[in-house]
Amino acid sequence: MDIVVCIKQVPETNEIGWDPKTGTLIRESTGGILNPNDKNAIEAALQLREKHGGLITAISMGPPQAGDALREALGMGADKAILLSDRQFAGADTLSTSYALSLALKKIVRFDLILCGKESSDGMTAQVGPQLAELLNLPQLTNAMEIIINSNSVRIKQKLEDGFRILKTSFPALITVEREMNQPRIPPMDSIMEAYREKDVLVWGVGNLGGDKERIGLKGSPTQSRKVYTKIVKKGEITLLEGEPDKVARELIQILKNKDLL
Amino acid sequence: MSTDNLEEYNGLCVFIEQRDGNPARVSLELLDEGRTLADKLGADVTAILIGENVSGIAQELIYYGADRVIIADDPIAKDYRTEVYTDIIVEQVLKEKPEILLIGATCIGRDLAPRLSARLNTGCTADCTELDIDTEMRLIIAIKPFFGRNLMADIVCPFHRPQMVTVRPGVMELKAQDRGRKGELIYIDINLKEADTKVKVLETVRSTSDAVSLEEADKVVAAGMGVDNQEGFEMLKELADLLGAQIGTTSLPVDAGWISEDKKIGQTGKTIRPRLYIGCGVSGAIQHSAGMINSELIVAINTNPKADIFNFADYGIIGDVSKIVPALIKELKSIKDLT
Repeated sequence: MDIVVCIKQVPETNEIGWDPKTGTLIRESTGGILNPNDKNAIEAALQLREKHGGLITAISMGPPQAGDALREALGMGADKAILLSDRQFAGADTLSTSYALSLALKKIVRFDLILCGKESSDGMTAQVGPQLAELLNLPQLTNAMEIIINSNSVRIKQKLEDGFRILKTSFPALITVEREMNQPRIPPMDSIMEAYREKDVLVWGVGNLGGDKERIGLKGSPTQSRKVYTKIVKKGEITLLEGEPDKVARELIQILKNKDLL
Repeated sequence: MSTDNLEEYNGLCVFIEQRDGNPARVSLELLDEGRTLADKLGADVTAILIGENVSGIAQELIYYGADRVIIADDPIAKDYRTEVYTDIIVEQVLKEKPEILLIGATCIGRDLAPRLSARLNTGCTADCTELDIDTEMRLIIAIKPFFGRNLMADIVCPFHRPQMVTVRPGVMELKAQDRGRKGELIYIDINLKEADTKVKVLETVRSTSDAVSLEEADKVVAAGMGVDNQEGFEMLKELADLLGAQIGTTSLPVDAGWISEDKKIGQTGKTIRPRLYIGCGVSGAIQHSAGMINSELIVAINTNPKADIFNFADYGIIGDVSKIVPALIKELKSIKDLT
């Protein structure tokens, strides 16, 4: 069972910088961490490897420092790591990111499953998984709470708003992993140190991937930010109720009563 | 790689999600909103309805704003499946060439929309909370809050069609249907074979809870950082019960394990628009307020007079939740005793 896990480095804090010229995120502005949901995808891959054997490759696209997220994946137990990094990838939206990842996956050739986290904590679009599946012409099983492997098929328990479904498909397939699927292991410090000392992160640029240059980076992105701004939410004047708790409680309940809200 | 002959694309499409023949509320919200946007463009609204035995709701879609309903009614489409629904919608999009395609950002919508956008090689802006139209450029402006800051972004898709957007449930107002509206019902054949499908649905389990979902609740009592222990929660539940309200929350009480994830309101949770919202110890940061700003009447109780929530609440009480809430409970009980 060979598995590729797609991961993303996301800003650590809530402070995200913006490039006013292009309207895109400046990721260099803050420290980066491995996207929390992607840890569940890595954990799922590790557990599948324990049962079924095989090789785990972690892949990411981002600036050179995104290599740190891949080192963390190696520290957790992934066998190989590939970073798609090239100035030409900059400014990619989800479709352009998926396109670059699809080229890399075609280069990897051998895999039975692609696992992705449910969504990233910064963009939160949950789009790269399904877009990547489409570009590779693979079935997609999203929002998986559980993965069960049989000899030539895979089943997932898919989370829905009002319950769940059991879906079944054949290999290869792409699965996005819900947070409740597992509790990601915390790699011991020495295994992270080892990931830095003894394991390599392979770096691929646009030249390594081939494909259509027009579909790469900002110019390959159909969506564009036109404007980024702070929203001032003000509905109008507020009425403050003041005094002892019993007094304000009486006033508020009276107001709700008058407005027919009781 | 932009779309050829952009000017050939015209009109607005809405994907109608349904379960057991009942349309998802967000699909109706989008028909309503789509109608408004299409009128600005002088364009038609087409609803795409897919499923088995779903034709019965087609007329209702016209009442909500559709000019035409394309109906794909076939056993193969009984359960939502990515591949089947993608094939059907892509065929219709290539034929009808709509300039805009709207989809609700539900579990199913978030599975379907990106798949469609990759097949159609077009842009899809996810999880929007507001839509607008640039009539001159014929562009839909997809407006969404950005995680972690009080930042909004206007996103456009200028050179690819259709311009795809997913919209969060509950952010658009659902107006009453207009039963005088007329429209056209178009039945299409599905030429897909079950043997060719790669994914099978083995089982569907619905949770049996009868409780009104948070999104549809008429009144919501929300817990924030100011409710910092289990007893505080029990007290809020008592208040909610007396008011006939649902309990909602910011992310902190969820992270603390006092309340389940499905009660979370905001950017990473649900979007609500109840008639009454009472925020108890809620600061009103965008992460939460993005999900409740459209509530009709907002009441805020917080010890910090500088809390953001006082900038948009209708009524404010500057005070400690642990003192105000018991007083409210006492008052409500005394009224109930009188009646």
